[in-house]
Amino acid sequence: MVNSFTWMIGGPQGSGINSVAENFAKACIRGGLHVFANIEYHSNIKGEHSYYRLRVDSREPRSHVDWVDLLVALDRETMFGDLNKVHPTHRGHRHEISPGGGIIYDSGLKLQPESFGRDDIKLFPVPYMDLLIDALKEFGKDKELSKYQVMVNTIALGASIGLVDYDFDLATEAIKEGFTGRKAALGDLNISAARHGYDYAKKMFGQNAFPIKLRKQPLGAKRMMIRGVQAIAIGKLKAGCGFQTYYPITPATDESEYLESHQPDYNMIVVQAEDEISAINMATGAAHAGLRSSTSTSGPGFSLMAEGLGWAGITEAPGPVIILWQRAGPATGLPTRTEQADLRFALHAAHGEFPRIIIAPGDVAECFYDTFDAFNYAERYQVPVIILADKFLASTYKDIPLFNTDGMKVDRGDLVQEADLAKSPDYKRYQFTDLGISPRARPGLKGGVFWTTGDEHDEYGHITEAADLRVRMMKKRMNKVELASQVIPNSKKAILHGPTSAPITLVGWGSTKGAILDGMEDLRADGIETNFLQIRYVNPFPTDFVQKVLSSSRRTVAVENNYSGQMAGLIRERTGIAIDSKVVKFDGRPFSQNEVYEGVKDVVRDGAKEVTLSHA
Amino acid sequence: MLELKNYRTQVHNDWCPGCGDFGIVNAIQMTLLEMQLEPHRIGLFSGIGCSGKTPHFVNAYGFHTLHGRVLPIATGAKLANPSLTVIAVGGDGDGLGIGAGHFVNTGRRNLDFTYVLHDNGVYGLTKGQASPTLPKGLKTKSMPAPSIVEGINPIAMAIASGYTFVARSYALDVRHLKATLRAAIEHRGSAFVDVLQTCPTYNDINTKEWYAGDDLPSKAPRLYKLEETGYDGRVADPTVRDETNSKKGNALLKSFEWGEKIPIGVFFKMEVATFEDQLANRMPALKEKPFVEHDIYSRDISPLLDELA
Repeated sequence: MVNSFTWMIGGPQGSGINSVAENFAKACIRGGLHVFANIEYHSNIKGEHSYYRLRVDSREPRSHVDWVDLLVALDRETMFGDLNKVHPTHRGHRHEISPGGGIIYDSGLKLQPESFGRDDIKLFPVPYMDLLIDALKEFGKDKELSKYQVMVNTIALGASIGLVDYDFDLATEAIKEGFTGRKAALGDLNISAARHGYDYAKKMFGQNAFPIKLRKQPLGAKRMMIRGVQAIAIGKLKAGCGFQTYYPITPATDESEYLESHQPDYNMIVVQAEDEISAINMATGAAHAGLRSSTSTSGPGFSLMAEGLGWAGITEAPGPVIILWQRAGPATGLPTRTEQADLRFALHAAHGEFPRIIIAPGDVAECFYDTFDAFNYAERYQVPVIILADKFLASTYKDIPLFNTDGMKVDRGDLVQEADLAKSPDYKRYQFTDLGISPRARPGLKGGVFWTTGDEHDEYGHITEAADLRVRMMKKRMNKVELASQVIPNSKKAILHGPTSAPITLVGWGSTKGAILDGMEDLRADGIETNFLQIRYVNPFPTDFVQKVLSSSRRTVAVENNYSGQMAGLIRERTGIAIDSKVVKFDGRPFSQNEVYEGVKDVVRDGAKEVTLSHA
Repeated sequence: MLELKNYRTQVHNDWCPGCGDFGIVNAIQMTLLEMQLEPHRIGLFSGIGCSGKTPHFVNAYGFHTLHGRVLPIATGAKLANPSLTVIAVGGDGDGLGIGAGHFVNTGRRNLDFTYVLHDNGVYGLTKGQASPTLPKGLKTKSMPAPSIVEGINPIAMAIASGYTFVARSYALDVRHLKATLRAAIEHRGSAFVDVLQTCPTYNDINTKEWYAGDDLPSKAPRLYKLEETGYDGRVADPTVRDETNSKKGNALLKSFEWGEKIPIGVFFKMEVATFEDQLANRMPALKEKPFVEHDIYSRDISPLLDELA
């Protein structure tokens, strides 16, 4: 078999699985192949088991699968789990290996073939340490073995490339890029380590030891390897965001760090706040002052932001854009794992009623485009905008074409200038207008002095408790979602993927998109025709479109990464339509392609109302 | 030439008669007048409570924020547009109770702005509960029992947090307050002014008469001016660690003087790089003009995409 391959590297946290997996992925992309790479890790700095999956294909994979063709084990636990512990958590990955697949592991562990409990997989013991010492000797560093021990990961990478018979030069190039400047010598050392692993695999296991090969494909248009945190950060930079606040939290922080590392080129202030309360309020202050602003967090932080969100709502702040990287809750929950359980929370956070826009991008590319739009909406409608993403999107690498920025226009809404203010004295920040949106000044502009308050207020922004003003101001604010709904094209709010006439409609939102699309192909191969209604705008909700699609479907199935099927509930609220069945997963792990297939198949075959999946 | 009326609004004022807030808002307006700061160049921020209404009475960009969150919101606005003169006001409960974390961390940043604390020992608008500055053992009018927790020393806390200008004044001494506010606004860095204030409705202990020393055998006023005693809290050379430390130590000692004699004036002052200065070192464009005035219509992200390709 050629160019359809899943690889996994596992080891204790701190053993460098990320860099190796990402180098492998990069080497594949440079060879015209397509990748999907996602990581699972513990809330721990060093020692706990983590693993990185890499799916390589000649066509673009949009999800991961349950099986592993080639497993690289940096330790024993990766293969056999931690069943020897008092509180075991997993039984290792040897069960996930596809028949005919194999394991690369340290021959120094001296494992008996029987101990794997499988006779349908191939074993590739590699003397990690001996090879590393050989590699270090070439640089006269073999006396410093302990310092370079982490480099066994690169030996395993070399051996993997040898087994799948892939172009070693592409790996060399990828490794080299990771070590520039003063670190260049370390790059050479790593390349030598990879080479030792590669040569060893070639020599000891032979040309045909492993059944799957990777072959270069002709390169098409330039592609990049990108994950959600980067896509959203770049969306912010493109949108002209000049202010980002954050408080350190998994999995959101990477986004802010990316922005901070690029701040001199894009003039973006990044502030590490004392807590998320401060983070959202600083961002709202900056938005009122006229700078596009943003904050980024996950569930625990967003919980603290509820109060500030309400202030942004009642003061009609032109932002901030809030990125909510959902993770498994409640409270600390599974802090490094994924979940889609904050849909209702995003929709209702903070007391009282006020408008907000909520977008849930389904993949890395949508993360970029939706973030850009979010800033336009924030300023045009003077509302906070929430992007609902999650840990899975945050950390999953994909190769995609470079973003197409043609036609992307910054729209700052009705932002008045001093000249406008000079023409019409008696400026009112909260003026009632025919359009329903008040012209917006910013501090510093002559003639634009305004007041803003979290109390109910009059057109000037002064406190009022008058009943009639309250009613008018509430209507003015609440109507803004409807105004936005009229302008945002329906084609953006929800997308029907697959044949319109399919008898079964899968319904999803956010990061399950890829697994659903790939799972649909398996279902089709099995004679089950489906389509997929992707809801991208939670608010304004595409009520009419959803109603139309669902009422013409024979059977509807919600696929959600949460316990209760929050979108299914929202659909019922907005359209009156009850979704027939739910396929849910709430173990903190993302859906695989196989899980979508299996879950939907259970529903179709048995008419199950609810299927809970946890292939882990 | 700007006049006092240029700093006033017509908004109805509903503070209790005799409230110390009047002294503070008057002093703010008089200071702005004296400095001839144009109203549209000023951002006045407040928290929640009686003092929260302050911006509505001042003709300047006014932000009446959330309980305890005045500092983050003021910080965001100031960073977006460092050319603004930013003044934040808030009650003692707002700044040292619900907003204590922001108080400490804002001091650390040394943003160029002024924070005025309305310090009257009670939560007025919620009808007179003990605020964080009320000394232990006191029971003001509406409290069911005396406070059994220590009061916070705002001056000591400001110095420990890193405010680079720390002063105290008195709401009923508008002349002193005005001079103090002016010095605070002119200071480059985070300036903190603890304004002792009466609450004629709920604080029946720290009254105007109490501050005047009417209850003391000497009948001498409790408040005395630091500058009249030869005290000098200014650090001449902030690079000299010993001087900085000893000035901070002196200020801390002074700040614990309370009872028959209470010092007002400047406890501590040091000029070092502000948060904005340091950001501008990273992003030189910030030196040219505030980011709110930058063009954001044509940002080129292609280098970032190439980096990932």
